[in-house]
Amino acid sequence: MTNHPEFLEYTGNAGRAEGYLLPSATPVQLIDQDGTPATAGGYKENYSLPDAAVLLEGYERLVVGRRVNEQANALVRQGRMAVYPSSTGQEACQVAADMCLRSSDWLFPTYRDTVAILGRGVAPLEVFESLRGDWHSGFDPHQYNTALPTTPLATQLLHAVGVAHAAKLRGENTVVLALCGDGASSEGDFHEALNFAAVFHVPVVFLIQNNQYAISVPLIHQSVAPSLAHKAVGYGMPGERVDGNDLAALLAVLGHAVNRARNGGGPALVEAHTYRMESHTNADDATRYRNAEEVAQWVPKDPLRRLKTYLDDAGLLSAADSERFAAAAETLAATLRDGLNTETSPDPAELFRYVYSEPTPQLREQSQLLAAELAAGSANLEGALR
Amino acid sequence: MTTMAQKPQSQAAGPVPAPELTGVQTITFAKALTLAMSDAMTADTSVLVFGEDVGTLGGVFRVTDGLTRQFGEERCFDTPLAESGIIGMATGMALNGMKPVVEMQFDAFAYPAFEQITSHVAKMGNRTKGRVRLPLVIRIPYAGGIGGVEHHCDSSEAYYVHTPGLTVLTPSTVTDAYIMLRDAIVSQDPVIFLEPKKLYFAKDTVDLDALRARYAPAATAAAAETSIGKAVVARQGTDATLIAYGPSVAAALAAAETAAAEGRSLQVVDVRSLVPFDDETVAAAVRSTGRAVVIAEAPGFASMASEIVARLQERCFHSLAAPILRVTGFDIPYPAPRLEKYYLPGVDRILDTVDELQWEDS
Repeated sequence: MTNHPEFLEYTGNAGRAEGYLLPSATPVQLIDQDGTPATAGGYKENYSLPDAAVLLEGYERLVVGRRVNEQANALVRQGRMAVYPSSTGQEACQVAADMCLRSSDWLFPTYRDTVAILGRGVAPLEVFESLRGDWHSGFDPHQYNTALPTTPLATQLLHAVGVAHAAKLRGENTVVLALCGDGASSEGDFHEALNFAAVFHVPVVFLIQNNQYAISVPLIHQSVAPSLAHKAVGYGMPGERVDGNDLAALLAVLGHAVNRARNGGGPALVEAHTYRMESHTNADDATRYRNAEEVAQWVPKDPLRRLKTYLDDAGLLSAADSERFAAAAETLAATLRDGLNTETSPDPAELFRYVYSEPTPQLREQSQLLAAELAAGSANLEGALR
Repeated sequence: MTTMAQKPQSQAAGPVPAPELTGVQTITFAKALTLAMSDAMTADTSVLVFGEDVGTLGGVFRVTDGLTRQFGEERCFDTPLAESGIIGMATGMALNGMKPVVEMQFDAFAYPAFEQITSHVAKMGNRTKGRVRLPLVIRIPYAGGIGGVEHHCDSSEAYYVHTPGLTVLTPSTVTDAYIMLRDAIVSQDPVIFLEPKKLYFAKDTVDLDALRARYAPAATAAAAETSIGKAVVARQGTDATLIAYGPSVAAALAAAETAAAEGRSLQVVDVRSLVPFDDETVAAAVRSTGRAVVIAEAPGFASMASEIVARLQERCFHSLAAPILRVTGFDIPYPAPRLEKYYLPGVDRILDTVDELQWEDS
């Protein structure tokens, strides 16, 4: 068993591991759904409200994130993008993930984490290159210390462990935060990633955005564990659960886990309870598997509304702030509209350019074939995406 | 805090240099691989070796023997029993500046890692438009002839050669074991490195200084020419060309030896690099004889052997005196140890097939 000082502090020499590893009895909440400061109690850490400036920045990011989701949905309807997995309702998780990391840390997102990727500073049109269908991804992971979003579930958690392990061997003071959903927690790679992270004691924080559905399958068909955060105990790392629509609580819980990892405390698992307000993607019909009453229950828990109420009540949000945030959101939305309304023509020669660091003789031949077809105007482009 | 927090330190002392082997030596195929890793780790501190049992035990075939002693637990270490985890973590480590050389222990044990290999390792460079390279080597002991139990003798090359983005190599000589593994480690692309298990304890005499000189910082471009994408003619011959790779090269050479005694001159080509494939050398060899047999252990249906035949048919049709034939494993799961002798392409089956090559005067 680990001899980490934090563990001993919690358990004493005769203490039980579970007390240190298990999540708090209820999900951590610092601002309730009415925007009122929640009574902190019963949590295994002393979580406290972040500073006003931090909450204000977080609120701006939420406003921008919500606008991105709306704009992206509109662009799909207009045929400007192939598909968009909306994160409306769960933006707080992504915003908190960004805010608790330094730019030198690494983020490992999934396909639903556009808001988080934008928050890392990735150029908006680079984020949307894959969603519009120009290439499978569009940015340099090293430029932003942000991995490409993955479509297979949970596979990226292992890459996060690898980056963290390498960082540790290289003596870098890097923390890696890996996002996944509730469905991903059923995958074998989820298990292998958590186990590797614990065994190698690397600085990774796993954040499950439990939005209650894996496409159509509800959580009860995904897992009957007491909570997904409870899974941590089996790996020997602390687990924590948090209200995933409460940005303040997310910042506190993730911030604690990230600091702990940075200080050599090893990995942690955080489960954020949130809700996917829209369908899995635009191609999905959520009314087939969940009813309107259930969705309605989550409307009052909206992360934007509650933080705005809190900031308003505390006199922290000025009209000028609100205007500024809305303007920033509109600017980004306009960037996306303008960028995606501009016709692009991906270079067919690129099909062969990046398969190997140097094209194989076979790829050179195939590249020449396509080039000749294009030159002769004989390439069969019927039915292809224009 | 050590790398492995929960693991007691076995030896208090730091890394211990291995006794240096130099000059002309008779070594096993396995030892050549060990030396390739050891020399690469010495030359480049970002090279790491990990997998199941590769540390303290030195690998079930002892291929990583001594690396932990030589380089410490941070550079050569055991992982939990999880193949996807090994490849996935290696992917992340390669993303962050390391060059992992990982072992899959046995061919069929790599299948749990298949998603990581096909969905991520193979595609990372392409997805990022070349902004990320994954200099990652996946060593897989493969194929049969060792009396292994179930799941220990698969020839799994077809899965990997069918996946764009993967370089797939398989050596058949002690010299190539060293050269090709070092070339694989130098490569900026992910390499599936298939090691024929039945060759691990084959021996040959090699000049280690000469081999190492190829990788010295001051080596000339010619000396440093890579084995990746290069087939070799392993035996000269004029009547027909036998094309083989990895574990089947020995059978092809033995067949050629027997044929020579019977007055027939067979050429043997060792493909070595399955991807990229050396069309030039292989096609030239077949044109020079006009007859060819492709030999491989894997089931023949939709196989590497099929691919070689198709490529040669496209390139050499007008030089051919006979259809190109194949001698492969049957299209069955790899058989139990007492049955594998009926399955493996052997000298007799190869020579019988050569006899079918429409010889006008025989």
